[in-house]
Amino acid sequence: MSAAAGHDAADSMRITLKVWRQEGPDRRGRMETYRLADVSPDMSFLEMLDVLNERLIAEGDDPVAFDHDCREGICGACSLVIDGQAHGPEALTTVCQLHMRRYSDGDTIHVEPWRANAFPVVKDLVVDRSAFDRIMAAGGFVATHAGAAQDANAILVPKPEADRAMDAAACIGCGACVAACPNASAMLFVAAKVAHLAQLPQGAPERERRALSMVHAMDAEGFGNCTNHFECMAACPKGISVENIARMNREFLRAALFERPTATAAEGG
Amino acid sequence: MSAALSPPTARLDAKCPGGPIEERWDKHRFDLKLVNPANKRKFHALVVGTGLAGASAAASLAELGYRVTVFCIQDSPRRAHSIAAQGGINAAKNYPNDGDSIYRLFYDTVKGGDFRARESNVYRLAQVSNHIIDQCVALGVPFAREYGGVLANRSFGGAQVSRTFYARGQTGQQLLLGAYSALMRHVGSGRVQLCARREMLDVVVVDGVARGVVCRNLVSGAYERYAGDAVLLCTGGYGNVFYLSTNAKACNVTAAWRAHKRGAFFANPCFTQIHPTCIPVSGAYQSKLTLMSESLRNDGRVWVPKQKDDARPPSAIPDEERDYFLERRYPSFGNLVPRDVASRAAKERCDAGYGVGRTKLAVYLDFRDALRRDGSAAIREKYGNLLQMYAKITAEDPYQVPMRIYPAVHYTMGGLWVDYNLESTLPGLFVLGEANFSDHGANRLGASALMQGLADGFFIVPYTLGGHFAGRKLAPVSADQKEFVASEQAARARTERILAVGGARTVDSFHRELGRTMWDLCGMARNAAGLAKAKTHVRALRAEFWENVRVPADGARLNQNLEHAGRVADFLEFAELMIDDATQRTESCGGHFREESQTDDGEARRDDEHFSFAAAWEHRGDGQPAALHKEPLTFEYVKPSQRSYQ
Repeated sequence: MSAAAGHDAADSMRITLKVWRQEGPDRRGRMETYRLADVSPDMSFLEMLDVLNERLIAEGDDPVAFDHDCREGICGACSLVIDGQAHGPEALTTVCQLHMRRYSDGDTIHVEPWRANAFPVVKDLVVDRSAFDRIMAAGGFVATHAGAAQDANAILVPKPEADRAMDAAACIGCGACVAACPNASAMLFVAAKVAHLAQLPQGAPERERRALSMVHAMDAEGFGNCTNHFECMAACPKGISVENIARMNREFLRAALFERPTATAAEGG
Repeated sequence: MSAALSPPTARLDAKCPGGPIEERWDKHRFDLKLVNPANKRKFHALVVGTGLAGASAAASLAELGYRVTVFCIQDSPRRAHSIAAQGGINAAKNYPNDGDSIYRLFYDTVKGGDFRARESNVYRLAQVSNHIIDQCVALGVPFAREYGGVLANRSFGGAQVSRTFYARGQTGQQLLLGAYSALMRHVGSGRVQLCARREMLDVVVVDGVARGVVCRNLVSGAYERYAGDAVLLCTGGYGNVFYLSTNAKACNVTAAWRAHKRGAFFANPCFTQIHPTCIPVSGAYQSKLTLMSESLRNDGRVWVPKQKDDARPPSAIPDEERDYFLERRYPSFGNLVPRDVASRAAKERCDAGYGVGRTKLAVYLDFRDALRRDGSAAIREKYGNLLQMYAKITAEDPYQVPMRIYPAVHYTMGGLWVDYNLESTLPGLFVLGEANFSDHGANRLGASALMQGLADGFFIVPYTLGGHFAGRKLAPVSADQKEFVASEQAARARTERILAVGGARTVDSFHRELGRTMWDLCGMARNAAGLAKAKTHVRALRAEFWENVRVPADGARLNQNLEHAGRVADFLEFAELMIDDATQRTESCGGHFREESQTDDGEARRDDEHFSFAAAWEHRGDGQPAALHKEPLTFEYVKPSQRSYQ
């Protein structure tokens, strides 16, 4: 097994990177070409960018800005479009968990930020995803408060429902669904939260208001609509299913039937 | 600052209530002054950090009616590093009927912390643990359940009862998203103002009380001043002083360190936790280490070959030629010994030449027997995402070949000193979660970090902060006051000084060198000579940093390298305090193994006679040695004993 884990200098690869550089939101961007001579197959994609940045700094250039934090696939910060695919070529994988052994000596790789009107570029590969936070603030919660809860086992949740809720709740809020969608729709993100809470008894009292508020907030942020390309599911590093979108549509329709003009999210505060 | 003039030992009043331990928190809550409901909106809390502690505190304070402003360095509060916790959260629910109780959780935590935590705090933590589970379920956290619909529990990290609640291998994520949803609800309601991509660079002290913060807006580069009536630091731990750790890349000591320089004592900085089950280092480019939840030790067996430099693949090594060293050394706990014990035992085998893999700095964690016993479907159900993550990083299939693991820095028990109210020695500055030193002593038990973060935020600070607001005369304060202007100028000057160096070495290379020094000389095992060497080295490295660091571009826009530079500059100062603390504590205890203090069979030897205290360090000016204050620890309930897991 150690043969598989190890590598020697003969394994090192030459990689050409074409990276989107943009100094700020109001500046014109461009693709810049960088050549790396000594890329190890065991490096993560972001570690390769680290190596590039160390070189750029040493040469007196501005390093490439990109969002990243946990580097273990759970925080949702990393957000690169690689050769046209959000999070790159591997299924169920964030960029930080993509390793260079996926590539071959001599490859050229294109690296771009998420592209969506609702996610404006901050710098280089960093985009502003605060729209997701605003959608969550509109209704992505159960309105309870510390001290009010009954004993945890007083709420029974059958295992299959709990598992389905967990499947939806696994969303890391990275925005790959938006980046992958030809319409830059945020339906999968919103649906994951609506479906997570709609399937639990705790979320039931607010399910109508939640569906309406979150969908309205999503529309207000300028995300596109869903036209069933399912690119979101293909790009999702956590495998969130488009079945959740169907569930959200049902929740939304059901809620629209009961909608009353006085029911606003502000009452939940 | 007047704090620099106060005599040692004068300022450590832990404010623990007396009386029977099970009544202390009730009594204290009754004794705390209350803020009239109509007055609550007049008070403004500044919450720095949005992990479990920060998000739960901000949400709970908003629910009470206080005004709250919350800051995070990430683009969204949902990305705080609590999200990466895998295994679970403890509570004394005793749902499995296996003998757990509040007292047992308290007892285990005091003992697991190797008798270096405050009994009153730990008992309270165990008491509120049950409310946390109730609260998280109410928020919609999808904990694992049994078919009948009740919550599932598992045994975790050395506990002999099943008290750990979990959400697959993503418990931290689900708890954080629960706390985040509670926070965002009040961002929506307008009670909380959210400031993302802000880094706190100073605490502003007015008339001896923390009344504000100075932040740098990481997108625009602007310096911003915020005034309030209390500051809550919920900024996590300092594990990245080692460069390689399981922490997220942005985790840092800056907020805590700047608060320390303004008068908050730093307690037990040398108490760091080394986690036994991490993926080993693979190359010089390595940017972080990845933890594999120690829940894997429930079903995985840890071993190395009995023969040195055994080149056979693990499957070709028969059982009788395998050394299941944890089961051998600790027959009653076996693979479930606490983290510090498991880590040291693995390091001992590797140092003795029995390590496996290319670097020989790894031991096997083998699922073979569990797969035979339970089948791969059952193992996938329990650990699927962890094993998948391992396969991605190493390109090895843990269902076929044993995983390779090695210890890595994971958590820091040390932190800013706080009293029973979670208030630091700087009045008005409260410290929550991993950023404080309070509950874990010299070693944290598994599934206890999430518990503490949420306990502090949901159920402790909402009460104790009221005592501060109602009990102190807080004059009106404005961010235009001279103290704020001076703090901003100091923060700005420091950043500009970094940019002005214009040297030849990158920030990352300084950080790597610092980390290597700290890991080698102030890590899992230390001795006096090594610590002296580390101190000399850190001082030289710090001097070089200020003469030779190179940070490109400027401070007037997003500059991630500049952010990193500021954090490394603080780590370079903090590291010296850590070394000083490790030097003075000549005993072994918990995660801190002092080579001069061990038993005949190589176990850690604690020295209660001389070291039964929390070490709280006071900053006395740059270039001056920090002053050591000792908070004596007394144990009325859990009688200190040498830990034995044999």
